[in-house]
Amino acid sequence: MTGRDLLAIEDLDRSELERILETSLRMEEVGRRDVKKVPTLRGRTLINLFFEPSTRTRTSFEIAGKRLSADVVNFSPSSSSLTKAEGILDTAMTLDAMDPDAVVVRHKVAGVPKRIADALDAPVINAGDGAHEHPTQALLDLFTVWQEKGRIDGLTVTIIGDILHSRVARSNLYAFSKLGAEVRLAAPPTMLPPAVESLGVKAYTSLREALEGADVVMLLRIQQERLAGCFFPSIREYATAFGLDRRKLRFAKDDAIVMHPGPINRGVEIAHDLADQRPSVILDQVRNGVAVRMAVLYLCAGRTPRGGVRREGS
Amino acid sequence: MGRIWIRGGRLLDPASGCDEVGDLLVEDGRIVAVGAGLEAGDGDVIDAKGRWVAPGFVDLHVHLREPGEEYKEDIASGGRAGVAGGFTALVCMANTHPINDDPSVTEYILDRARQESPARVYPVAAATRGLAGEVMTEMVALFEAGVVAFSDDGKTIMDSNVMRRVLEYSGLVRVPIITHAEDRTLVCDGVVNEGAVSTRLGLPGNPAVAEVVHVARDLLLAELSGAHLHVAHVSTAGAVALIRAARERGVHVTAEVTPHHLTLLDEAALGYDTNTKMAPPLRGSSDVEACRAGIADGTIDAIATDHAPHAVHEKDVEFTAAPPGVIGLETAVPVTLDLVRQEQLSPLEWVRRLSTNPTRIIGRPGGSLAVGAAADLVLIDPDRHWIYDPAKGYSKSRNSPWAGREMIGRATVTIVGGRLVYDVDRGVLVP
Ligand SMILES: [Zn+2]
Repeated sequence: MTGRDLLAIEDLDRSELERILETSLRMEEVGRRDVKKVPTLRGRTLINLFFEPSTRTRTSFEIAGKRLSADVVNFSPSSSSLTKAEGILDTAMTLDAMDPDAVVVRHKVAGVPKRIADALDAPVINAGDGAHEHPTQALLDLFTVWQEKGRIDGLTVTIIGDILHSRVARSNLYAFSKLGAEVRLAAPPTMLPPAVESLGVKAYTSLREALEGADVVMLLRIQQERLAGCFFPSIREYATAFGLDRRKLRFAKDDAIVMHPGPINRGVEIAHDLADQRPSVILDQVRNGVAVRMAVLYLCAGRTPRGGVRREGS
Repeated sequence: MGRIWIRGGRLLDPASGCDEVGDLLVEDGRIVAVGAGLEAGDGDVIDAKGRWVAPGFVDLHVHLREPGEEYKEDIASGGRAGVAGGFTALVCMANTHPINDDPSVTEYILDRARQESPARVYPVAAATRGLAGEVMTEMVALFEAGVVAFSDDGKTIMDSNVMRRVLEYSGLVRVPIITHAEDRTLVCDGVVNEGAVSTRLGLPGNPAVAEVVHVARDLLLAELSGAHLHVAHVSTAGAVALIRAARERGVHVTAEVTPHHLTLLDEAALGYDTNTKMAPPLRGSSDVEACRAGIADGTIDAIATDHAPHAVHEKDVEFTAAPPGVIGLETAVPVTLDLVRQEQLSPLEWVRRLSTNPTRIIGRPGGSLAVGAAADLVLIDPDRHWIYDPAKGYSKSRNSPWAGREMIGRATVTIVGGRLVYDVDRGVLVP
């Protein structure tokens, strides 16, 4: 991690990823206790700074913080009330003056958590920025696969859907390839990012080829409002060509698991009967999200008390 | 005004091809003698040993922001930044507030420039009213008021028929139509070069083809009309190739490239620094190489800065919300001297692209050290090392991608109309 920030999986190396996974395992154990609380971050303040609404991710961070005994404050400036004059950096500096021990940032524009991290003393955790990265989602996906398969090395992971606009896909392709998995992307040509193979992954426009021998099939949410008509002709055609059902899943390995970051569009990217039961592990992902975020909060905000070692400017 | 005797410099005159050490005598605003071992007389002496002596540089692409956005820049501060960077004349774009689409605005700019600017100022008028791309401006009236070209720069004339008529009608005034060539429908919401960098950043990509498609259209329309098309801030290999081919078949086209498109890669944006956001965006290495080859072989005629000042608070926002553009007047000399150091341009050809060619494109005097020419001159120390700090510069704005960088080479003396207006040790001297 760059200093104590967690901004992008692209910045992490293998040992840092493994360390987060191992810490997550210990945190997961806390979640299975009767009293799901440890004093690790007692007296520390965590601010959830969500410029873009996301109940799921915010709640997951909130529960993670509370299980570590941190004081969690949610701050969600609606983007409409943010005039140009009171910009993102002003908001962040105002919060920084309240001496938080970590700030979790979600914004609809790529790069905002990085700009905020550059300006703040407190560690910054990226909770999703535009189409850039969503590091904790990738970490919980890694953790889920690791628990299911016992390893990451040598697995084949196929990510299907709107790769172009997906921060989940970007974080996951770095996360899985850094730990030795083969990552494949499958989408209509209009939704594959330019030069994406330069990131060390393979891009496919044939779903069947992309699924051949896959251990993990990861689906992405289709933002219907934004995409239909420009990136693909209709939801029906997308669902027919790229929606996953049990028939298409047969191209993957027999023991392949199906993942989705949620919220799901039933009948679009995933067939109804596939979403709720094995081989789908969608609810395990949600459960693991809390453990992984506890690990990240612990590693970012728990190591040195505030006012201790300052992180290097980057 | 008196006499200035410039002694012992390396005289670089692209107009005559002269490149030799000698003296130059200025009297009453004009060059009166050039040669080796001129006799000293009265007047100021400038020791030019180790310096290049060149006709003053002319920047074809500057946003002076006055009238209307004087908090970013004004004619006085822009003029000072210009002479501090070695420019004796600035061609200023029409996207002010109000827009320069009416002779009264042109006259205001020229009037302010006469009073406030140490550099000459040549206004460009809008090609269409309100830069709306629909109705052409009163070109004859604007030309008579003093504009040197027409352009909707900052915006693009998307309607091909409007562009055709603008080019045709410009035959009445015979000045260039400057195109900001980016097909808006292909740019879409792109903010960085489309490619590996946009993919890594997760920011919307602006594809090279958006420029190439538009340049192709404008070249065909220029060919049809016979008008003089000037392509602003060329940034792609495709555009360079099209311009080269068009010129070979006789199309009246000229072109410019910015210092940033010659020297910076799209990767500069990887830290989300909004001072790396330009329109067109910084490109990949093959495009940069093609632009460098284009300026070297003369396909691209001129280096122009696209000096685009923006206030700190305007740039300190989300990458997508930040206005595009960077300041460049005070860094163009050291940044583009890189092409001389890499031996892609000789010193003489470098001066041609900063002085002689731009003056020809806008049909104004200058670009020559001939006896009788106006004494617009610059002295360059090609080896001077210095650190660029925009806060200490003359521009009101600081949006530079080179802030804090070590620079090699600097304008040390600037003379406009026989008057010493800048000396590196004393700063800008007038007005
Ligand atoms: Zn422009």
